[in-house]
Amino acid sequence: MSTQTPLEPSGPTSLRASGRGRWGDPVFRWAVLGAASSVLIILGVMMFRTTIDSMPIFREFGFFGFLAGDTWSTGQSRSEVTGEYGAWPFIYGTVKLSVIAVAIAVPLAIGISLFTNEVAPKWLRKPLSYAIDTLAMIPSIVIAVVAIFFFIPYVTDPIARFLVSTPLGELPFFAGPAQRQSYFSAGLMVSIMILPIVTAVTRETFANTPEDERNAAYAMGATRWEVMRHVIVPRGFPGMVGGTMLGVGRALGETMVVAFTVGSSQRMGASIFFGGDAITAVIFNTFATSSPEAIWGLLALGVTLFLMTTFVNILARLIVMRSGRVVGDAAV
Amino acid sequence: MTTDTMPQTDAPLPPDGTRSLHELEGNARRRKRRSRVLTMVLLGAMIGGVTPLVIILWQIIANSGAAFGWEFLSQVEPLSYRETGGGYLHGMWGTVYTTGMAAIMTVPMGIAAAIYLTEYGGGRFAFFVRFFTDVMTGVPSIFVGLAVYAILVTQLRFGTFTGAVALSIIMLPIVVRTAEEMLYLVPPDLRNASLALGARRWQTTLKVVLPAAGPGVITGVMLAVARAAGETAPLVLTALGARTVVTAIQGGNGQADIGLLMTDGLRQPFAPGIERAWAGGLTLIMIVLALTIVARLINQRSQI
Repeated sequence: MSTQTPLEPSGPTSLRASGRGRWGDPVFRWAVLGAASSVLIILGVMMFRTTIDSMPIFREFGFFGFLAGDTWSTGQSRSEVTGEYGAWPFIYGTVKLSVIAVAIAVPLAIGISLFTNEVAPKWLRKPLSYAIDTLAMIPSIVIAVVAIFFFIPYVTDPIARFLVSTPLGELPFFAGPAQRQSYFSAGLMVSIMILPIVTAVTRETFANTPEDERNAAYAMGATRWEVMRHVIVPRGFPGMVGGTMLGVGRALGETMVVAFTVGSSQRMGASIFFGGDAITAVIFNTFATSSPEAIWGLLALGVTLFLMTTFVNILARLIVMRSGRVVGDAAV
Repeated sequence: MTTDTMPQTDAPLPPDGTRSLHELEGNARRRKRRSRVLTMVLLGAMIGGVTPLVIILWQIIANSGAAFGWEFLSQVEPLSYRETGGGYLHGMWGTVYTTGMAAIMTVPMGIAAAIYLTEYGGGRFAFFVRFFTDVMTGVPSIFVGLAVYAILVTQLRFGTFTGAVALSIIMLPIVVRTAEEMLYLVPPDLRNASLALGARRWQTTLKVVLPAAGPGVITGVMLAVARAAGETAPLVLTALGARTVVTAIQGGNGQADIGLLMTDGLRQPFAPGIERAWAGGLTLIMIVLALTIVARLINQRSQI
């Protein structure tokens, strides 16, 4: 391969091959291969170690017994399981507030995507996308501060009080009395946090609609809304579903905002205006004061959360993959 | 507006079934109105999406005035949350230290993984790596914190290094993804030209492809750093927090972080501590947004 030249090489030597460089390529290949494997290794090690460390809990209650148990009462032991550990109140809360968050964020995201792609003037499109992407960059502790001192007293609390006072308040789902820290408050705040990623995915798939199809619909005399409703939305449907799933994944794992807004109650009330708890919130709020056996319990909760989010994310990625990869700040 | 009916012609067609082109279709006006109304609904959604951002920025700026200032940036927090004055110097130091260490660990590895995916990645293994990188972006940060706690903190106790490992695991998929996207955009002609001149694969990659994708890759790295700097949840499990400036790489007694200090301040019912938490929010948002904006400016100057 390498050419042996007796002459001094002319010009830049950095691109010139040499006999010594023969090992360069295989070494380079193995190095980058190793780096790529690190992703899989890290994921595997994290999963393995947390599962091993939470084994005492799973052995005591059984995997499904742990998931279905509805009492969480920690013991003080350093070496054995003396308390009772059931994940159900936290799973219930996590799922409930994620559903609320998605129910608020997805319609909003679809509206925003249609607006930025179809309605807004060309010069305004980029700034609008940037504004939504910037929302993704705001640290969640900052959103938590604003949630405590602005959104809960001035936004979620009035809405909750109003809904409870309407006939809707008769339904168990909207029953009062409205509490300030509740599934609804947490869900609304989390919807703000998942909005960017859902928007990024739907915007991208809507933008992938073939120009010819849109133009054909316009040429047939369709109005702008009809084009959106009958051409762009059906085309972007897989993206909408995938984006929603990604949003669910994020909502399940959101910590700071939920820890400060969900209320830390294991009552599992039916109403969305009651205080509750979530997996992430209980880990964050109780970790610092936990006994060793309670930390096993928190690790078991972490494994549960990991399984839930990974399942949702794999599903979401499989759906999104069919409609192409999504680029943009908010998509990562 | 809510019922979706088949288009119905209100005006009867002439007996011969023809209609002048000047004549509007019977329901055209209704369809147009409907389109206009729903466009307004979409505008409402857009406003609904931008409003939270405006509210958050406004609230942070409006409320951080009481504690923010030179003293806040240059002093350590007083021991009591009831005392006014003092600042988050230790938190800022901790955030920069931890995030910087995480970046040093992640960036070479992430870019190398991205190089594998673009330059050698056609096979099934690359598909798996790509897929699980995407999945890894969705792993909850608190789980990363728990895992690092179980793996490292139980051995080394709390500190900067353990916090940095947690942040680095959060950054890794972001760096890999964005770097891969950018490397993928480098035209194949550049690679072919370099290979045709006799350069080896690694020389081509490191000296031609990577510099060409440079600005984009740097953008991705900065976004990942911004994301990691704003993380708090994994740090409570790995860095724990500290009340003074900690310079040790792994002291065993924890490292401070702006987010952790804000959390502590918010949990106390005392106004001075809460005011400092607001000011900490402003600091954090300035760090993150500065990184994001610079990243975007670099990206705009990118040649590819």
